[in-house]
Amino acid sequence: MKSDRLGGSTGLSGPVFLASALFAGMVVQLAAAAQGLAQDAEAGKVVYDLWCAECHGVNGAGDGPAAASMLPRPRDFTQARYQIRRTGSGQLPTDDDIRAAIRDGLPGTTMPGWPNLSARETEDVIAYLKSFSRFFGMGDPPQPMELGTDPGGGPAAIESGAAAYLALECEACHGPSGRGDGASAPTLEDWRGFPIRAADLSEVWLFNGGSSVDDIHTRVLTGLDGTPMPAASDAMNAGVVTPEEVWALAHYVASLGPSQAPPLNEVVRVGRAEAGLPGDGDADSWGQAEAFYFPLGGQVIEPPRNFAPTVDGVWVQGLHDGNDVALRIQWNDPSRSPDPSWDEWQLKVSETLDMDGAFDLDASLAAVDAEITEDEPRGDAEGEVPRYPDRFYVQFPFEIPTSSQRPYFLMGDARNPVYLWTWDSEQGVGAARGRGLASAEELPEDAVAGQATWSEGRWTLYVRRALVPDPEADGITFAEGATIPVAFQAWDGSSGETERRSSISTWYYILLEPPASNRVVVAPMIAMLLTGAFGLVLVRRAQSGD
Amino acid sequence: MRFDYRSRVAAALLTGVLYAACGGSDGGDADAGNGESGGEAAAEVAAIDPSTVGTISGTINFSGDAPAMEAIDMSAEPDCAAGFGDEGPMMQSVVVNGGGLANVFVYLSAGVMDAPAPYGAATLDQTNCRYAPHVMGVQAGQTIEITNSDNLLHNINATPTENRGFNISQPRAGITSRQSFAVAEVMVPLRCDVHGWMEAFVGVVDHPYFGVSGDGGMFTISNVPAGTYTMTAWHEQYGTMGMEVTVTAGETTMADFDHTGLQMAGHLVGEPLVIHHGSDEVVFNRAQQ
Repeated sequence: MKSDRLGGSTGLSGPVFLASALFAGMVVQLAAAAQGLAQDAEAGKVVYDLWCAECHGVNGAGDGPAAASMLPRPRDFTQARYQIRRTGSGQLPTDDDIRAAIRDGLPGTTMPGWPNLSARETEDVIAYLKSFSRFFGMGDPPQPMELGTDPGGGPAAIESGAAAYLALECEACHGPSGRGDGASAPTLEDWRGFPIRAADLSEVWLFNGGSSVDDIHTRVLTGLDGTPMPAASDAMNAGVVTPEEVWALAHYVASLGPSQAPPLNEVVRVGRAEAGLPGDGDADSWGQAEAFYFPLGGQVIEPPRNFAPTVDGVWVQGLHDGNDVALRIQWNDPSRSPDPSWDEWQLKVSETLDMDGAFDLDASLAAVDAEITEDEPRGDAEGEVPRYPDRFYVQFPFEIPTSSQRPYFLMGDARNPVYLWTWDSEQGVGAARGRGLASAEELPEDAVAGQATWSEGRWTLYVRRALVPDPEADGITFAEGATIPVAFQAWDGSSGETERRSSISTWYYILLEPPASNRVVVAPMIAMLLTGAFGLVLVRRAQSGD
Repeated sequence: MRFDYRSRVAAALLTGVLYAACGGSDGGDADAGNGESGGEAAAEVAAIDPSTVGTISGTINFSGDAPAMEAIDMSAEPDCAAGFGDEGPMMQSVVVNGGGLANVFVYLSAGVMDAPAPYGAATLDQTNCRYAPHVMGVQAGQTIEITNSDNLLHNINATPTENRGFNISQPRAGITSRQSFAVAEVMVPLRCDVHGWMEAFVGVVDHPYFGVSGDGGMFTISNVPAGTYTMTAWHEQYGTMGMEVTVTAGETTMADFDHTGLQMAGHLVGEPLVIHHGSDEVVFNRAQQ
């Protein structure tokens, strides 16, 4: 609505043009006063083409060149199906909803926040997004649902929320502990037929629509349109749960994990367990060991790449007793691979994610539609779905570096190999030498031992080895007080993760703390000696000088 | 058989043209929300003058070898599985009995000049972890009452493209949700994400002149104003077929469709790929690009 365009297109004579330009200007100003800032879709196109089209596509169909490597897929604006809304299921989002999604992004997805867009740019791009769908502008503007106010949290609310979680059968998809391992999880698809995960509710900080109790409450009642997550509004209205219980459910879900990403530590501090090491991953004595969180990312450097990894982080605890060191490593994985009930999921993931080629929407859609057509065999040449185990590697340098130099983090290379503790859900725990990705060469003499258990969407891996390796074995020595580089790598077999297709961390450190008693005694003594020596020096200098 | 996006758009456009030709709305001015409006609001049944209307009746014949019905693994829901006999639950995609194909949505796709407002609500049930019916028709704007008769969680996830979709959970028996689709769309798929085998199709048209073939393939469309129409039959696996029908007041016009079980196998659900319009056959595929 620019006056110059208005004049140009109508060809009105001077005074009439002036009057209409003035009138148009007034309308714009009135609209701006009513909504904050007026929106200009044409100006929004410039912003969109620059920042949004790469993923969402130039025509807004969610088919930009980068979309092929994304799960969940970028929003298709042409259907105006928006996940994150405060309006009821099937309703259009309000401008406030779209504005919040642009500003804050969608955590847990590839959609970043765009806080650096100016208010003007944001409003313009909202107008342009809406122009992709004919649904906007029909009927009355969307209105947010009446969502009520939070009556408050606390232990009673959390308990009531846990009951509501069962009453609404959230565990059908999200699993009994909320880790996305429900019975229906392997079959979930978005509205286009692309595979989509049930959210891991213990990763509260990664919720697409925000981590606050208010955000969670809204998602429960509005659903996430375009995904399998339904709105519970009718269930609430039918009395399955009360409005208070829906708030309690939001408090319960919020209590399942931290609302902020766990703080990143550089070092796994392995304390000394004076009462002896825990014998397995379930031992209560792990309670005394601090847990350190390390994020993992998809291996996207060497093909085949992994743009949508299952394992996105790992909790590590360590203890030693002066003879042995034990690690307890926990990560969430909704499938206990190999598991035939995830075959269909694995096929869909491999058909949906184009790791290295150019994105082709047709091929991608045809692939996910293949379950309907069944006119071509799927899986390998025999039509079998290869079933891979879950795996986990703990990686150390073979030579403990004296500087900050470490082997290449992708399992080392020919010159600088890495020492690996390997675990495989079929083979168990072992040791290996790595000279680059997918190059583990077994070290059968190594005495590393352990086991893993899977429960409700989480693996708990226990590994243990003597601090000093057997003379015949080709391992490394864990010396108390030494800071040893360590990195982690994980595979979810049921998502087709094998060989190079994995999640991996960068290098961190592991530090075996010397006995607490030693520190208490030795450190003051050293301090005293140093102070004494320093005093002596001062005295000497004073005596020898003037 | 694979079809690229452009051909789908072309097919959709042509469908739009057909709708426009039969006086339908393509959604340009209608309220496309899925509110609870519709149905009861227009509770007055327009009086039908029997001297002006006729009936269309026919059978969807199936001459090929009927494929074996696909069994559903309902072991995850023993309460639902218990509702079936020794044969166990079967998919309802291809149901052939006595040489007739069931679950075919038959509707007048062109030629309808005027249509009464929708009357009453259509109903869709979820029972023993299946939709009943599997295929149904409604008028645009008509209320659909969706009820859960199973005492366990279902969600109803509707993914139309011309209408607004919805996704509602019903975690207990006895819950009813009321929804509607504002504009014509053949077909709207509904699915339950909890039970991946549960799928239903709703044909939304601008008039009440539609039917669904029952067991044995029979269908009847009554109270059709005398005139000449294009009638289309849609099946989720065998695609669409069309024919011209002339309805004479006070008489029943017989109109059978013949499926060999080969047509359109593998077409994409909900997207018409072959449209027979009168004697013209329009085929959309890659070869015609």
